[in-house]
Amino acid sequence: MTERLIIIGNGMAPGRMLEHLLEAAPDRYQVTIFNAEPRVNYDRIMLSPVLSGEKDYEEIIIHGDGWYIKHDITLYKGHKIVAIDRQAKTVTSDHGVTEPYDKLVIATGSVPFIIPVPGSDMAGVLTYRDLDDVNAMLLAAQSRAKAVVIGGGLLGLEAAAGLSLRGMDVTVLHVMPTLMERQLDAAAGYLLQRAVEARGIKVLTKANTKAIAGNGKVEGIELADGTTVPADLVVMAVGIRPNAGLAKEAGIETNRGIVVDHGMRTSDPDILALGECAEVGGQVYGLVAPLYEMARVAAARLAGDDTAAFVHSDTPTKLKVTGIDLYSLGDFADGDDREEIVLRDAAAGVYKRLVLKDNRIIGTVLYGETSDGAWFNDLKKKQTDISEMRDTLIFGQAYQGGSPLDPMAAVAALADDAEICGCNGVCKGKITSTITAKGLTSLDDVRAHTKASASCGSCTGLVEQLMSLTLGDAYNPTAVQPMCGCTDFGHDDVRRLIKAKRLKTIPAVMQELQWKTSCGCAKCRPALNYYLVCDWPDEYADDYQSRFINERVHANIQKDGTYSVVPRMWGGVTNSNELRAIADVVDKFEIPLVKVTGGQRIDMLGIRKEDLPAVWADLGKAGFVSGHAYAKGLRTVKTCVGSDWCRFGTQDSTGLGIRIEKFMWGSWTPAKVKMAVSGCPRNCAEATCKDVGVICVDSGYEIHFAGAAGLDIKGTEVLGLVKTEDEALEAIVALTQMYREQARYLERIYKWAKRVGVAEIKRQILDDAEKRKAYYDRFVFSQKFAQVDPWSERVSGKDKHEFRPLASVGFAEAAE
Amino acid sequence: MSKMDWISIGMVTDIPLRGARCVNTPQGKIGVFRTAEDQVFAIEDHCPHKGGPLSQGIVHGASVTCPLHNWVFSLETGEALGADEGSVRTIPLKVEDGRLFIALDVLASKAA
Repeated sequence: MTERLIIIGNGMAPGRMLEHLLEAAPDRYQVTIFNAEPRVNYDRIMLSPVLSGEKDYEEIIIHGDGWYIKHDITLYKGHKIVAIDRQAKTVTSDHGVTEPYDKLVIATGSVPFIIPVPGSDMAGVLTYRDLDDVNAMLLAAQSRAKAVVIGGGLLGLEAAAGLSLRGMDVTVLHVMPTLMERQLDAAAGYLLQRAVEARGIKVLTKANTKAIAGNGKVEGIELADGTTVPADLVVMAVGIRPNAGLAKEAGIETNRGIVVDHGMRTSDPDILALGECAEVGGQVYGLVAPLYEMARVAAARLAGDDTAAFVHSDTPTKLKVTGIDLYSLGDFADGDDREEIVLRDAAAGVYKRLVLKDNRIIGTVLYGETSDGAWFNDLKKKQTDISEMRDTLIFGQAYQGGSPLDPMAAVAALADDAEICGCNGVCKGKITSTITAKGLTSLDDVRAHTKASASCGSCTGLVEQLMSLTLGDAYNPTAVQPMCGCTDFGHDDVRRLIKAKRLKTIPAVMQELQWKTSCGCAKCRPALNYYLVCDWPDEYADDYQSRFINERVHANIQKDGTYSVVPRMWGGVTNSNELRAIADVVDKFEIPLVKVTGGQRIDMLGIRKEDLPAVWADLGKAGFVSGHAYAKGLRTVKTCVGSDWCRFGTQDSTGLGIRIEKFMWGSWTPAKVKMAVSGCPRNCAEATCKDVGVICVDSGYEIHFAGAAGLDIKGTEVLGLVKTEDEALEAIVALTQMYREQARYLERIYKWAKRVGVAEIKRQILDDAEKRKAYYDRFVFSQKFAQVDPWSERVSGKDKHEFRPLASVGFAEAAE
Repeated sequence: MSKMDWISIGMVTDIPLRGARCVNTPQGKIGVFRTAEDQVFAIEDHCPHKGGPLSQGIVHGASVTCPLHNWVFSLETGEALGADEGSVRTIPLKVEDGRLFIALDVLASKAA
């Protein structure tokens, strides 16, 4: 006698299961399907091509109506099962149909997760799950201009690409710093973002949706940081949840999904579950390969094979957006027992990373060139020992025995119009063509003919690499000290290339300059962060995780792990209110040491980290802001009392010092910058051993720079004499900006000046009015973004996590 | 005490990527780290060199650089990397549904 088999749900997993079952036991069951969707079985994976217009719905149907008739299967379309009666062994649909079963298969799939923010139930907010969603999106695309997709994962990006192809203006909001972070590392995420943006889709990362705004219908998204993104259509693609509600109501064991054994059997032996609603071995699945594996097992069990069992295997992730190739598989986290092989080809936009453990591949991320994915997957599956082919493994199957890549590829990949020498505006094409045309063979020749590297010299390394590329072995460049073990480039090369290639994030630099590690190190990351802050003040998002602790928490760490706090005292001038506020703070927080610093201000030492925001709040009430005593940035401007009080004073040195400090505070520099203004050549402010100093004289202001009074002791160089305060300020600002743009990270002014030459600095800052003005303007522009008091920001709650322990545990036990 | 007592200390997402937070215990501070790849580790928050708070260092790969004198430690094994020699204690840590747990019996045995 045929048994009655009822299937709830008609997605891809039960569809595949039926195919296997009809093959193995064609006559064993009388099959009835209840499908909540009013249609036959179709290929859900191909919804993205339907959305983008690359395919029609008809093309993605797996089983048409004829197939069900041919196999004598009853399909209830648009019937949602609302109850399972396990005693009576029946199911009942929302249209009132009740059918009995001998075996029941639950394949209710998953439901899209809706972020529970205000407005999420408004018209115009969609999910991306089935054909109805696609049709709703297509309708919206006809009449609406702006779409926002929340979620930068697989589904969200496919939805965004589809809507963009349908002519909508699309923005993707992603809460994490990089796209598809669960499948890709940061480098591949960067490349993906670039490719998505190249399609005209805007991407906002670290975007935390707070609310959906609108009056009955969607008008925009409000983010937690206060910005609003306008939208006529919102698609939520933030994840899915197993749809286990029906099974749970029927008293079947559920956890995250419907709990099944390796034979896909639920806690009720006559009921099976498979697909995205099923949880097997503690895991739920969303990609099709394991779901098809479940279908195979379920069919075999229904056909009477009691040995069939589900086996977990890693499934590669691929993005179905035409023209974007990415592939990720397995475990690609760092670890001590793991090694990585990274290949970055900046020219081709290729990134490949293999994670190895005990000479075996355990994880793979491929971007741009994915053809070897299957081969790597095979090596991983078979646990092949790769030590024999280790040196060439990353180049893929075809290259076994080949030679490694050219280390100069990144420079070779530069466009001809990429600027190499910033001082003289010389592009790559000009240099290479001049070398060839004039038959140049030495650096001096190239300097003479092209002016490249003839001024500050910071592009020398790159010019030499271009000579090597053009002349081949005929040229031997002097070795450049690399920034750190993560790269072969020196600081100067990296700085030039950041500008020339317009690199604006740390992952971008690491990819385009072919970093050898995936995450950098404590040497290169702070340097890169500074270079990017300096070069792209308005666009670069400061990466606090790449800053040293002092700059991350805006205080100075001490040997015992406590911190010291130094508020700004402009020009070293204070008053009774400020002193009283300091005294009160010292009493209130029992600060163990108060000390006057060499920079004419007051240091409070021994403050507990947790107390910092409260200390700043109290200091802020008295008008204090951060003194940046911890920063690679402007520290102090020391002054003497000048012409207001001193009988020898020639100018208002206090006033000028305060003016400089108020103009320049907050700016980040390669290393710390200390300044001083003395009112006469007696030099009570000790201006002639500072990074920048001013000696006031009767006829004006003598500007000094490149002094040192630390590891090295060195008197300043004289930049020149200017007549007015305004001129003095402009020259000092321009000089500082030149230093900001050219120096290597952690290089003080005196070392930079020695490298570049005092004459060259004088020429650019004093003699060339246009250059001076340009430096000045760039500094002023960057100050718009830099002059924010970091203390008041943190009093208002920024980076709270930095100042609070995650938890305090175990203290009760200790008291026993 | 032989049984592992797992104590909840917060969510993985409470820690910034490539960052760390510390946990106060009667036996001293523990640094809990989260890498760029979203792995989490717990180690003693105390550099064997001069006692620097490792949780305040820069996190790169699965290692951290001490903020005081730039010693680098593996977060996984607690061993100093490079030329320096020394190690810090690693603390058992597990994640369940995004929630972090550390094992207390290690703390207790350390106190004993």
